[in-house]
Amino acid sequence: MRLTQGTFSFLPDLTDEQIRAQVQYALDQNWALGIEFTDDPHPRNTYWEMWGAPMFDLRDAAGVMQELQACRAANPGHYIRINAFDATRSFETVRLSFIVQRPAVEPGFRLQRTEDRGRMIRYTLHPYATDKPAGSRYPVQE
Amino acid sequence: MTNTGTANAVPTSAADKPASVDLRALYAETNIGELLTELDKELVGLLPVKRRIREIASFLLVARARERMGFSSAPPTLHMAFTGNPGTGKTTVALRMAGILHRLGYSRKGHLVSVTRDDLVGQYIGHTAPKTKEILKRAMGGVLFIDEAYYLYRPENEKDYGQEAIEILLQVMENQREDLTVILAGYTERMNTFFESNPGFRSRIAHHIDFPDYTDDELLQISEKLAGDAEYRLSDGARAALREYVTLRRQQPNFANARSMRNAFDRARLRQAMRLMQIDSAIGASDLVTLEAEDIRASRVFTLDAATTTTR
Repeated sequence: MRLTQGTFSFLPDLTDEQIRAQVQYALDQNWALGIEFTDDPHPRNTYWEMWGAPMFDLRDAAGVMQELQACRAANPGHYIRINAFDATRSFETVRLSFIVQRPAVEPGFRLQRTEDRGRMIRYTLHPYATDKPAGSRYPVQE
Repeated sequence: MTNTGTANAVPTSAADKPASVDLRALYAETNIGELLTELDKELVGLLPVKRRIREIASFLLVARARERMGFSSAPPTLHMAFTGNPGTGKTTVALRMAGILHRLGYSRKGHLVSVTRDDLVGQYIGHTAPKTKEILKRAMGGVLFIDEAYYLYRPENEKDYGQEAIEILLQVMENQREDLTVILAGYTERMNTFFESNPGFRSRIAHHIDFPDYTDDELLQISEKLAGDAEYRLSDGARAALREYVTLRRQQPNFANARSMRNAFDRARLRQAMRLMQIDSAIGASDLVTLEAEDIRASRVFTLDAATTTTR
């Protein structure tokens, strides 16, 4: 099941050229860019691992792309996303966030029903991937 | 950055490879002439430097034309070394260079990131690499200007972290030539020693440009320009005093060419302000803008013996 989080996630995966263009757009808006990765795809897993510090004061996308390549090399079989943070007063939030790498196979989620008092049902989303320990959740293709 | 076909005098053939390229049109299209004329007009002297810049600009223009004609178009090495005494305009020219590279499409953003050793080299193990990379990322798409680059290499301390920064720099200079142009700057002799002990740099730098010292006349012109830009005027007496000042100042330690002139001008402005404050009657516009001989002659350069003068 394809993970749909963030911008562009219903589109085919962006090529590096398209990622570069998006990054350049974000830089042109004076947004700070951060790269984050995780292998826990749960939608409520908001805070992914940061790849280095967010990048401020960049003018050209080359620097971000360089970090992205480094992150990809270090984290194959992980989700990687790029966040663009707008520090403008009254925004002060992430304006753009999109996935730039996903594992080759995404097993998806199990919908877990827990019976509670009466006939009440509580629903839980459980990613199949998290049954395995962190770091070995997705097969890495050579 | 390749808008093929727009500047060709001859219509583009089906293969998208024009039979001829009009260099004049390319020249006009990039607006490079405007920048070069500006450079000639605004920078006093520096003739060998200007000639080299024109050479580089022509070379890049021809490289563009070659690309359009379908010849080999490996990105040319653009890294440069600016050597010269203090105050000879290295930083100013680097700024212009960034603009020129941007116009010619060899620098995507055309901004200049100016750094020194402190910005690149860390204070403890493992601090240097992230620091250097951070600066490199900021300079991507533009020009990285490393002032007093020889400080990066400290032979007397073999544990110095500068070496680490140098290695990262060399790697990026080699592998990401299209993303980043590096300009190293510093005083001539020390840069030569630096290049001798770091042959990697020498071979990766395509253009070595030497900045000559300014002549007395050029320094005077610069002062006039400084004054003019700040809306001041030199009286005839002041001009004569300044001529003497230049000769005397040159013999003293820490002479920094145009920078010394700027400092002299700033101090003359202070003295002029003091002088105006002591006038009881109303003063006119011409008093406000004119620097008199006494404003300049009050400088310590005239009173102190050359051997004992400090940096003033």
